Amino acid sequence: MIDFDLSPNVGYALLGILGLLVVASLFALVLGRIRRDKDYSELRLRIRTWWVIVLLFGAAIALTPIFAIALLGFVSFLAYKEYVTLIPTRRADHRVLFWSYVAIPLQYYWVADAWYGMFIIFIPVYCFLLLPARMVLIGETDGFIRAAGTLHWGLMTTVFSLSHTAYLLALPAAGNPVAGGDGLLLYLLLLTQLNDVAQYVWGKTFGRHKVVPKVSPKKTVEGLIGGILTTAAVAVAVAPFLTPLTRLESLGAGLLIGVSGFLGDISVSAVKRDLGIKDSGNTLPGHGGILDRVDSLTFAAPLFFHFVYYLHY
Amino acid sequence: MVWLLRLLFWILIARPLVLVVLGLNVRNPERLPLRGPAIVVANHNSHMDAFVLMSLFPLKRLAQLRPVAAADYFLKNPLLAWFTLEIVNMIPIERPGGGRKLKRDIDPLQECTEALERGEILVVFPEGTRGDTEALGKFKGGVARLKEQFPDAPVVPVYLQGLGRVLPKGEIAFVPRIVDVFVGAPVSWTGRRADFTAAMEQAVKDLAAQAPQRRW
Repeated sequence: MIDFDLSPNVGYALLGILGLLVVASLFALVLGRIRRDKDYSELRLRIRTWWVIVLLFGAAIALTPIFAIALLGFVSFLAYKEYVTLIPTRRADHRVLFWSYVAIPLQYYWVADAWYGMFIIFIPVYCFLLLPARMVLIGETDGFIRAAGTLHWGLMTTVFSLSHTAYLLALPAAGNPVAGGDGLLLYLLLLTQLNDVAQYVWGKTFGRHKVVPKVSPKKTVEGLIGGILTTAAVAVAVAPFLTPLTRLESLGAGLLIGVSGFLGDISVSAVKRDLGIKDSGNTLPGHGGILDRVDSLTFAAPLFFHFVYYLHY
Repeated sequence: MVWLLRLLFWILIARPLVLVVLGLNVRNPERLPLRGPAIVVANHNSHMDAFVLMSLFPLKRLAQLRPVAAADYFLKNPLLAWFTLEIVNMIPIERPGGGRKLKRDIDPLQECTEALERGEILVVFPEGTRGDTEALGKFKGGVARLKEQFPDAPVVPVYLQGLGRVLPKGEIAFVPRIVDVFVGAPVSWTGRRADFTAAMEQAVKDLAAQAPQRRW
């Protein structure tokens, strides 16, 4: 038996997001009609992929938490797989890589089980120690520290960090009477993705001064500040419906998500630049790879989680 | 009944494994021959290679797809033989030095010839072995003999990158990675078998040169 468990506020928020997508689709359609000289197929593809993401997540959130936890676990898997494909790995580490994948279902099992103590140390402590131990037992010392370091960085960002999104669903419902864990997750996802779009739009419109030209030449100070302020404004406006945050706290959450989203974004850019590639993959048409889509979340998810956890749980 | 098992195997196991657990990044998929008779030739590093190549085709072509593989390896026990012959729909081929007695009076390529006559699509690894991980071995001459008999059947070269690190020879641990697939233009008949084999090998090498260089 599949139960629907959807608080009214989360339902309205999902409808609101669908509304935004309808507006975006119409906008792209009209733009395509007016400016026939320009090619908007990339934009259309991007919006179509957004539809798939929103419908999939909307459905998962509307069902019992286990569906959303499983879906987020699957996103971690796709992101980690992309990472493993991109980084240089040693052939000797074949078995180590295999075991590193086993960490993904385990980490999300701790989430589903709401076993906070294990969830918070499993990758930073156990995987951090055991995977290099397995490497040492194989006996290849050439490039050992690089292999152990790159592997752990990948697990920390794509699995440990991202799994904080799922743990929002495992938090006790009493902490957020207005919308529960679903509300917090939706709040975080909405704001990080909005932040990406807002920084892009502000940067495209007013961008003059580059922030980190060596890492990400298209990022500008204007885009960054405009994006963060937009995110903060929406964070304050939406917080009463989806979160237990006070007005001041929600302003803090908005700024935190804005800044950390930016840092996550440029960190993944730095990884790609280091490896000499543009997109992390082609899993999401119009967006590049999964890593390109969840880059901001890798920083924003754990920081937002602990912000809320400290204040309200 | 066996066609149903075969279909279920592809829908529930092989395709999800290749398309979701691994994930493919295919360049020039439109160059694949959708109709037989045709031959797809690729480099060989892993047992997953055949599943990846067969997943490139639409499901309705499944009945026409015939991977060609070593009889001495795949027919060595009854269960494996049943799986490869019935479910994977493989054409077994005798390798010299494979340890099995070769019948002198029968052409080892006879089943391949019959399949091409029926308009099927052969999937062949001309190296004849998975060999050393991620190294391209010397191509063998069977495909050239088939091409000589079927001049109109296109021979399409494919380069697979990454599978030697998904499930290399001698490993049982499966490591998911996104696999790069490069499809080349058909290799045209050169008039001589040896030249054709060399041209085929060169075509796969050229595709390999397009692939992103991996460090370490």
